[in-house]
Amino acid sequence: MFGFLRDNVWSPLAGAVLSQPYDGYAVYLLDVLIKIIVVVACVLFTFAYTTYAERKVSAWIQLRIGPNRVGVFGFRMFGLAQPVADGIKAIFKEIIIPTRASKLLFVLAPILALGPAFAAWAVIPFNDVMVLADINAGLLYIIAMTSLAVYGIIIAGWASNSKYAFLGSLRSAAQIVSYEISMGFALVCVLVAAGSLNLGDIVNAQSGKYGFLNWYWLPLLPMFYVYFVSGLAETNRLPFDVVEGESEIVAGFHVEYSGIAFATFFIAEYTNMILISILTSILFLGGWLSPFQGIPVVGAPSIFWLLGKTALFLFLFLWIRWTFPRYRYDQIMRLGWKVFLPITIVWVVVTSVMVVAKVPPWFS
Amino acid sequence: MLEHYIPILIFIVIGLGLGCVLFLLGYVLGPNRPDSEKNSPYECGFEAFEDARMKFDVRYYLIAILFIIFDLEIAFFFPWAVVIREIGMTGFWAMMIFLGVLTIGFVYEWRKGALEWE
Repeated sequence: MFGFLRDNVWSPLAGAVLSQPYDGYAVYLLDVLIKIIVVVACVLFTFAYTTYAERKVSAWIQLRIGPNRVGVFGFRMFGLAQPVADGIKAIFKEIIIPTRASKLLFVLAPILALGPAFAAWAVIPFNDVMVLADINAGLLYIIAMTSLAVYGIIIAGWASNSKYAFLGSLRSAAQIVSYEISMGFALVCVLVAAGSLNLGDIVNAQSGKYGFLNWYWLPLLPMFYVYFVSGLAETNRLPFDVVEGESEIVAGFHVEYSGIAFATFFIAEYTNMILISILTSILFLGGWLSPFQGIPVVGAPSIFWLLGKTALFLFLFLWIRWTFPRYRYDQIMRLGWKVFLPITIVWVVVTSVMVVAKVPPWFS
Repeated sequence: MLEHYIPILIFIVIGLGLGCVLFLLGYVLGPNRPDSEKNSPYECGFEAFEDARMKFDVRYYLIAILFIIFDLEIAFFFPWAVVIREIGMTGFWAMMIFLGVLTIGFVYEWRKGALEWE
């Protein structure tokens, strides 16, 4: 199966240009490569405009106007070029590496934060056929990749050799790890309900004649809530952002990072936000399925339903940010261990009883 | 079967590569004017007065240990959850006993105060 390693991997690139015959593996690899680049480009684009949306929504909630100056060729266009300007600015800033920092780890941390955040997108199904790697262990892979996010943060905090960064990364590690448990149990509930680790199968298991009532948000309602709120905590978003709480530890684990190194953490955080949103849509809100299944025209499954649901959750991230005050650290720990964990354990039992008893319409 | 994982391998490499490329871009395009004040660790404008790698609260260790226990538990649940429809009542009750034992452990650590942050 690893025969492609013996072949010249790069021959199709030349072959495509020179129209010479090339072998199957290489064509396959090129195909995969193009698809990956498309996915990465789309995620980066969504990241850029999520930052723009965040600033605009924040502004509207506070009765401000938000970014509206940066345009193209003198046309302001509601400041739509703002993310581009921010990106260019970040690249042209100096990367400051503190004298007392562990240099290698300091450089490695943002890369380790970014890599898994993107790699998790490999198994996300955008509709029935649009999925890069249709593997049986999709959900397991997602858990593995989202768990790796904590390494970037711990290493950044340690390598910086700064007190704020150190405290921030400690808090972050304990918080992410605590909420990962309730997140894991919520995923176990989805697994029990769908009977498959493949994300495409999980979505298809939610289809039925009752449309949106067939989706798992209804039988797994507490898990739906726990999963999304744990997602907020996992990505260090408000109201759980004591990790970088400005008033206490300045910026937490990335206080020593500047320029593009800081921007890399920023990209990783937002990519994780988008990932949590799309996963919540897939696992609990029927992915690409239409809420009006069976009705002509609006009942057809489509990628636009998935994107719409994802946008809804992304908006929720921003809305929650400006609605709830920050939690205290002990409150965060209490919520994770003493509220969410018992709820999820009980609901694992409830879900498996429902599945064993074949409760209609979800598990019949 | 294993061939389905090749795109994932490539994706991981590209994800890490993206980080490296961004860092290199910043390194090449950005200025580099080191300064002893600028390169010292940030401590609200004061001189850093001791090493940042200090002692920290043992409760962080406790949380990490508890996490390992519960994460392992979740790992045990995954294969069971996939085949719950095929293993019948025996499989169902076996897992409920397992969950019961762990719940006893959870109640114990709760009562012992391992989850308290005051």
